Amino acid sequence: MKYQHGPLAALFCALVLAACSGPAELNGHDITGVMPALQYELINEQDRTVEAGAHAGTIRLMFFGYTHCPDICPITLGRIKAALSAFPPEERSAFRVLFVSVDPQRDTPERLREYTAYFGEQVIGMTGSQAQLQALSRRYRVTYGYGEKNESGFYEVSHSGGVFVFDREGRARLLFNQSIGPQAMAHDLRTLL
Amino acid sequence: MKPTGLEVLLPWEPLWPLIAVFAGVLLVYLRGLWRRRRPGDLPGAAAFLTGLAGMYVVMQTRFDYYAQYMFFVHRFQHLVLHHAGPFLVALSMPSAVLAAGAPNALKKVCRRVAALAVFRWGYRLLQQPVIAGLLFVGLIYFWLLPAVHFDAMLSARNYWIMNLSMAADGLLFWWFMFDPRPPGATPVTRSVGLRILVLWAVMPPQIALGAWIALSDEVIFDVYAVCGRAWPLSPIVDQQIGGLITWIPAAMMSVLATLVLLRLYFRQARGQASGSPRTTTKVTG
Repeated sequence: MKYQHGPLAALFCALVLAACSGPAELNGHDITGVMPALQYELINEQDRTVEAGAHAGTIRLMFFGYTHCPDICPITLGRIKAALSAFPPEERSAFRVLFVSVDPQRDTPERLREYTAYFGEQVIGMTGSQAQLQALSRRYRVTYGYGEKNESGFYEVSHSGGVFVFDREGRARLLFNQSIGPQAMAHDLRTLL
Repeated sequence: MKPTGLEVLLPWEPLWPLIAVFAGVLLVYLRGLWRRRRPGDLPGAAAFLTGLAGMYVVMQTRFDYYAQYMFFVHRFQHLVLHHAGPFLVALSMPSAVLAAGAPNALKKVCRRVAALAVFRWGYRLLQQPVIAGLLFVGLIYFWLLPAVHFDAMLSARNYWIMNLSMAADGLLFWWFMFDPRPPGATPVTRSVGLRILVLWAVMPPQIALGAWIALSDEVIFDVYAVCGRAWPLSPIVDQQIGGLITWIPAAMMSVLATLVLLRLYFRQARGQASGSPRTTTKVTG
């Protein structure tokens, strides 16, 4: 009687061990196969139309925001900058950070160029028409919205706080939320090099 | 992404098989009403059509967009899909009207499916009172596990599995509750007393979950920050309203359903007293 559950216990242990001995633990969310490959048509900092193929072969970190953002955008871009600084220059050049502004009314290509310059040469600012931005945000199941203007004309923009990471082939691989730190981010990015 | 004009009525993510099912059920029901032409069907028809329309609107209009990008709207969507919509559909007791409106070929298919052993036993299992109650509460908890919720909102496939499982379970649960036949008439027709017991058993876990969400100081569901909100609203306020929706109206449905069941019990008791052939089976509730 005492050992009648022996085989079941052994099976359970085997399953637990199998579950524990999987691939290296990631800090971000693994979105391989969940999200579609990188595809967009936007306007870059030089006011030219740009498509996903423009940076083919690099690991791309895509983040939606706006330059008037008081908190999430500068914090996230700062965190990405810190994460990338953990890589030696020859490895760092494999990364591109696509900062997609969902506030094209205020974020002109020129303003984007000035803004992204603060966060390193890997950061590329982009924006687009509402149709272009909506097509991209729908593709990655994110959204954005505009608050009411105050007396000085300032308005808030609600936007995604996630960083979508695409590998060199443009496949969606990782999603970082707001709680991830630079070290944890760098650890995950290294797996894509 | 403000909709313009008719865009409000258009699906955010069209699910054509689902739209076809809704259209089919609506047509069959309207045909049934027309063929029966009984004024007594009208109150039931009002409940059925309201429930059906509610379930459709929260899944296949612009409402779905707001449900994907605001936690409290998502909670309202599930309140309609799992509670209010199926509640009204089951309350309308639509079997007779649907049977009158269904083409013979469809009836034949339904009879064949119903005769399958796997269907009969599966249905019997799902309508077992303890399982029905556990499934009803378990699904709410499952889809609100932060990690599960994250994946469900991020993946289009999981999102629809979540919504459709809530709708299907809602229909099963309220169908089980409002079965008008006398207890024992079928293997899944339980006494009114037992049904009320299940209704009250599912209430405290919903209250606990809703209260936990509403009163939490921290943001539990970060997927709305990751994906962005439909309009700028404090994440904690969004969560508090969502928690209240999970807490109060969801639990109130049990109270409302108890009143409906008490009415059914008294009708059955009266029928039994007057020896009506419809209620000859002993009422044990």
